[in-house]
Amino acid sequence: MIEILDVAEAFGEVERRSVRKVPTLKGRVVASLFFEESTRTRLSFETAAKRLSADVLSLAVASSSVKKGESLRDTVETIEAMGIDAVVLRHKSAGAPHQVARWVERARVLNAGDGFHQHPTQALIDVLTVRQALALRRGVESEGSGLSLFEGLNVVIIGDIRHSRVARSQIQAYTMAGAQVTVAAPGTLLPNDAEGWPITIAVDLDTALQRADIVSVLRMQEERGSGSFVPSLHEFTATYGLTVERASLLRDDALITHPGPMVRGVEIASQVADDPRCLVRRQVANGVPIRMAALFLCLSGPQEVHDG
Amino acid sequence: MAESYLLRGGTVVHAQTTEVVDVLVREGVIAGVGTSLDADASTTVLDASGCFVGPAFVDLHAHLREPGGEEAETVASGARAGALGGYGALLAMPNTTPAADCAAVVAQILDLGRKSCLDVVVAGALTVGRAGERLAPMAEMAALGVTLFTDDGMGVQDAGLMRRAMEYARGLDVVVADHCEDETLAHGGSMNESSLSAELGLEGRPALAEEVMVSRDLMLAERIGVALHLLHLSTARSLDLVRAAKARGVRVTAEVTPHHLTLDESLCATYDSVYKVHPPLRANDDIVALRAGLLDGSVDIVATDHAPHAPETKDRPFGEAPPGMLGLQHAAALTWAALGPEGEPKRFFDVLARRPAEIVRLRAHDPRKGGQGAHGGDIAVGEDANLTVFDPRARTVVTMESLASKAHNSPYVGMELTGAIRHTLVNGVGVVVDGELAR
Repeated sequence: MIEILDVAEAFGEVERRSVRKVPTLKGRVVASLFFEESTRTRLSFETAAKRLSADVLSLAVASSSVKKGESLRDTVETIEAMGIDAVVLRHKSAGAPHQVARWVERARVLNAGDGFHQHPTQALIDVLTVRQALALRRGVESEGSGLSLFEGLNVVIIGDIRHSRVARSQIQAYTMAGAQVTVAAPGTLLPNDAEGWPITIAVDLDTALQRADIVSVLRMQEERGSGSFVPSLHEFTATYGLTVERASLLRDDALITHPGPMVRGVEIASQVADDPRCLVRRQVANGVPIRMAALFLCLSGPQEVHDG
Repeated sequence: MAESYLLRGGTVVHAQTTEVVDVLVREGVIAGVGTSLDADASTTVLDASGCFVGPAFVDLHAHLREPGGEEAETVASGARAGALGGYGALLAMPNTTPAADCAAVVAQILDLGRKSCLDVVVAGALTVGRAGERLAPMAEMAALGVTLFTDDGMGVQDAGLMRRAMEYARGLDVVVADHCEDETLAHGGSMNESSLSAELGLEGRPALAEEVMVSRDLMLAERIGVALHLLHLSTARSLDLVRAAKARGVRVTAEVTPHHLTLDESLCATYDSVYKVHPPLRANDDIVALRAGLLDGSVDIVATDHAPHAPETKDRPFGEAPPGMLGLQHAAALTWAALGPEGEPKRFFDVLARRPAEIVRLRAHDPRKGGQGAHGGDIAVGEDANLTVFDPRARTVVTMESLASKAHNSPYVGMELTGAIRHTLVNGVGVVVDGELAR
């Protein structure tokens, strides 16, 4: 993880040049296969590949052979036969990247989000963004600081943990970095069995927020608030939303992240989203460098699924 | 056909005792049981030394896929897999396309069965189209010899409809069988609900989904007095419920599958959809409880839930793939392993042959069924010669090429199993000889 963060910091430099392109992956072909709606993840992966001078094959599933009944396996095998080097896969089914990695012969597989399972690059973006903010505050260089800045910090993840691939990846990443993770959610949106997870389940959200160094707010999907998991979005906001009142419990040096897209007024109040402690814009800016680092390291390392 | 065989030197497993004797088979029936029997020139001598000789197995849970799913299995190919697995009779599940929910489809499957290498009987659907909305014409199917009805694959979700089905079945003196999973609790899940499912991001099918419906069915059956057969039980608490019900005198029988006895949920971490099955593979504690139930009698039978799927439907992401795995060909070795060191050959043949035959009333000829022999009977002169010879020490590694099913979704490929079928005789004919199909 330290390696990917530092490589991303180096690629962040490329972003600030006048010619924002390096020839590192010239002649390589990256296929982006998104079987689920996504704007920012797909665009930032494709931008990252282009900045590295790779050719990008972008499969728009809606108008592709998938619509004609082709299976995931055939789609991937067909694309690999065209000589691609890496597959960036977003799929609604957990584990799909693992299966694809078994089916392909030589292409590397990058997980751009699989069902409720993992979204590794998003968690890496969050960790990088937080590391940069912590480094700035302490007056040290982020690059090369390893994970030392996270030692002993309290991370509170709020919202739909149960259905969140981002939460699973964040829990893994922050724990690896040395932080303590607390999760807070209504009973129906907690994992159905979190035995063995390196987390504490918050008894009282307000107390947890007072102790928090980092607050990760998750997106609340509208359909969960229709009475299926929580009675209404209104009640969710009242009990677990990061409202102005709740944000006032946070310390001045606490940091807030959100993986986007935000629904202002549901999981996060509009004023809180615009609070200087909220890192959302910097998270978006770090999307491209992290994915450049992921592609670069994947295409120069051994073949395996990179799940964080 | 006047064929004769001499099974030489095996340990014959009777209902109560065992003895090392030869068994002579002539013209479809057992013609002699004794030491040093003579074989004339026209008799095929089959070596049974070191083996158990018992009644051919009867599987009460085979998805043979015909009509409608012939790309995955046909009655003929499923029968071949069954014979290689030591089976002499299979109960074909009704989730075909169209469903076996009327006399016409039942008759078609029975007809295909008569052309296959073993005996095929049919389970009728409880409700029309297995849709769980209204009762299927059970009487017209019972008239063709159907003795067990189920919507297997989907439990009857509506408790009121299940009550009516049981009341109607009691009047026909047939067995009601249920796939116990409350779908509102199973919630479209694809593996056992546990900390592992939460970690893998897969929706869970909780043990509770099964146990809630087992409780409901036991209470209904107790009140109504119908014979209830609980399909593929997979949790420790389900067995506790069955044990308590049996103690109260409820007419209930319970089955477990070879895979629930031997494989656990950790395999799902591979995301290989070959391990997806309903009910799902459970935790190790459940396996221990199922094995104990197999020994103490709270489990009546082992049934395979043999569920072939063509690669194009099974080779999909875990959450989207259809549930089910092959079972017929290797059930015997897995059952023998599950019985463990305390296992006796008598119990082995009870759970695989005698009890299942009793539940669907195959122990005597039923003229309505036409042409089928009696199964699970004594090994004595005059009985129909449906016999299996099992070598408990043979070791084999399962290969894809060795699978007789049209589909290849076996979770056992690559595994070394101890115990193998040496010969299977169906109605006096050597269908499997020395582990190979002879017909």
